[in-house]
Amino acid sequence: MDLNKKTLLDMLYFMKLTREIENRIERKLYRQGKIVGGVYVGRGQEAIAVGSSILLEKNDSICPSHRDMGAFLIRGITPREIFAHYMGRKTGASKGKDGNLHIGDMRRNIVAFVSMLADTVPVAAGIGMAYKMRKQKNVVLCYFGDGATSRGDWHEGMNLAAVQKVPVVYLCNNNLYAYSTPLDKQMAIKEISIRAASYGMPGVTIDGNDVIEVYKATQKAIEAARQGAGPTLIECRTFRMTGHSAHDDMKYVPKELFEEWEKKDPILRLETSLLNNNVVTEEEVKKLATRITQETDKALQQAENDPFPAPREVLEGVYADQTIAAPLAFADAFFSRGK
Amino acid sequence: MTQTTYLEAIRQGIWEEMERDSNVFLLGEDVGVYGGAFKVTEGMLEHFGSDRVVDTPISESGIVGAAIGAALVGMRPIAEMQFADFISCAFDQITNFAAKCRYRWGAGVPLVIRGPSGGGIHGGPFHSQNPEMYFVHTPGLKVVAPSTAYDAKGLIKSAIRDEDPVIYFEHKFLYRRVKEELPEGEILVPIGKADVKRTGKDISVITYGAMVHLALEAASILEKEGLELEIVDLRTLLPLDKERILESVKKTNKVILLHEDTRTGGISGEIAAIITEEAFEYLDGPIMRITAPDTPIPYSPPLEEFFLPKTRDIVGVARQLAAY
Repeated sequence: MDLNKKTLLDMLYFMKLTREIENRIERKLYRQGKIVGGVYVGRGQEAIAVGSSILLEKNDSICPSHRDMGAFLIRGITPREIFAHYMGRKTGASKGKDGNLHIGDMRRNIVAFVSMLADTVPVAAGIGMAYKMRKQKNVVLCYFGDGATSRGDWHEGMNLAAVQKVPVVYLCNNNLYAYSTPLDKQMAIKEISIRAASYGMPGVTIDGNDVIEVYKATQKAIEAARQGAGPTLIECRTFRMTGHSAHDDMKYVPKELFEEWEKKDPILRLETSLLNNNVVTEEEVKKLATRITQETDKALQQAENDPFPAPREVLEGVYADQTIAAPLAFADAFFSRGK
Repeated sequence: MTQTTYLEAIRQGIWEEMERDSNVFLLGEDVGVYGGAFKVTEGMLEHFGSDRVVDTPISESGIVGAAIGAALVGMRPIAEMQFADFISCAFDQITNFAAKCRYRWGAGVPLVIRGPSGGGIHGGPFHSQNPEMYFVHTPGLKVVAPSTAYDAKGLIKSAIRDEDPVIYFEHKFLYRRVKEELPEGEILVPIGKADVKRTGKDISVITYGAMVHLALEAASILEKEGLELEIVDLRTLLPLDKERILESVKKTNKVILLHEDTRTGGISGEIAAIITEEAFEYLDGPIMRITAPDTPIPYSPPLEEFFLPKTRDIVGVARQLAAY
């Protein structure tokens, strides 16, 4: 274990916190009807977001996908903001305007995801171009799944990033399924990382369920990016231990696959390894679990008591200039109808 | 007296803003070494350097996506679509990403996407389109379409300084055909404000882009018959200057809506609805539309000639409307 204890413990904490929050979201709040929209979680994939985004410096940027909750937590989005966001509350990260993990905050250099997959791939390249122009030694981490790599924006973005030699690390959560479609129906290649060569950037395939491997591969790519060597594609092999979304019964996934990947659970692996190597004690692990439960309970309680936005807030924030009349004029005509 | 063309006015506007603010930069296909397909960005690579004048691969979606990313971290990108027709390739980035960032999570995207639109140069179905209404239907965007050199310069500068994404359609037919003497000093034309290009008491012609010039021509012809047209140049299509439209209609009581864009779903339908909702009792005749037909824009000269609205169409419709 050549990583320091603090980093290892932080990673364990963020992975466990991710799982706890997602369990509440998917298995409690959604089923209780407290979350009315889509729920997409990254159970089993926690090592990817955590092992990579933990390396970022304050002014670096991040474009996480909908299965990268750990990245938001590490960048400072609080569990309360996440719960409130999911439940459509005013205190949520989008003030009720958007749901699931579509969370962004430029004060923390987090770019919000959109449902059109791979859109952030060229966006990340553009942030990298800005850093280069300003001679800023910062990097961007950009996440997406295997499914996104079939979209045109992925290819346009990867190509542009390589041509412009931008400081971006592209991380693919290859969880073997795009909704119900397995990898062999998505592409005629076995490894997504080989696509990197066609753009002229390095590409590697790693075990995405080994947080230390994710950490080391990302660290290497970040160092190269900071030194001006351009982007890297890291394909993290993993498995989606849940449906595409909370409503999905995932009947299309063979049972054996779950059994096989259950044994490779990234949290269990790190925890066991830390115990076996005497990095942590049973006592410390227990304390960590208690802390996470307490933090999550408190955050959820706060979020459940948070207010919904006022209906008229639908009209706010379309433009910087709030005097732009179009939506307000419409609303006034609408609300005065029949009165 | 130096006459400045519409094209040169755009170039000057970009140049001045790049001198003023080091965050302003250009990216697009052939904008650097070649100076742009129409030479709007000529000389900029040499003057501002390759960091700020970026030749890109043919990737409209990639170009707009990268511009969004740069804008999010404080830059002021100007993304060129070599022809406005190609903007469809970037539709998703513009309508789903750029337009919705502020609303969804409070992030401003101060970005300009500009490109040559419009027909009259035998460009055929893919080099002549007027794609403005796809974007006028997207809250969060601003859409401008200047008709004169003055407005072209003033609007590109305002677009660059705007805090929200602005789509700037420059009419390629006007590039070198329209020129005027520009005043010394800063020219800024506010986004969201229409301009009365000619005053008149009998009929309002509400239009924009290249059609403004046809309307002015028609006004000169009809003047001799004692019929006065008021030409309202929208300049900005989103947000629409409702006040100026209604003001003119309330004065003349008769309206012609004119655009080069095709008929169904063109902005004339929206304006007609606004007028009937808010100035119905002022109308002394039907709201008349003059537009291109609902077809793709064709290549062959007699077909394109038939497709585009003409001065004589305006003259004819105005006489008909005057009889009410």
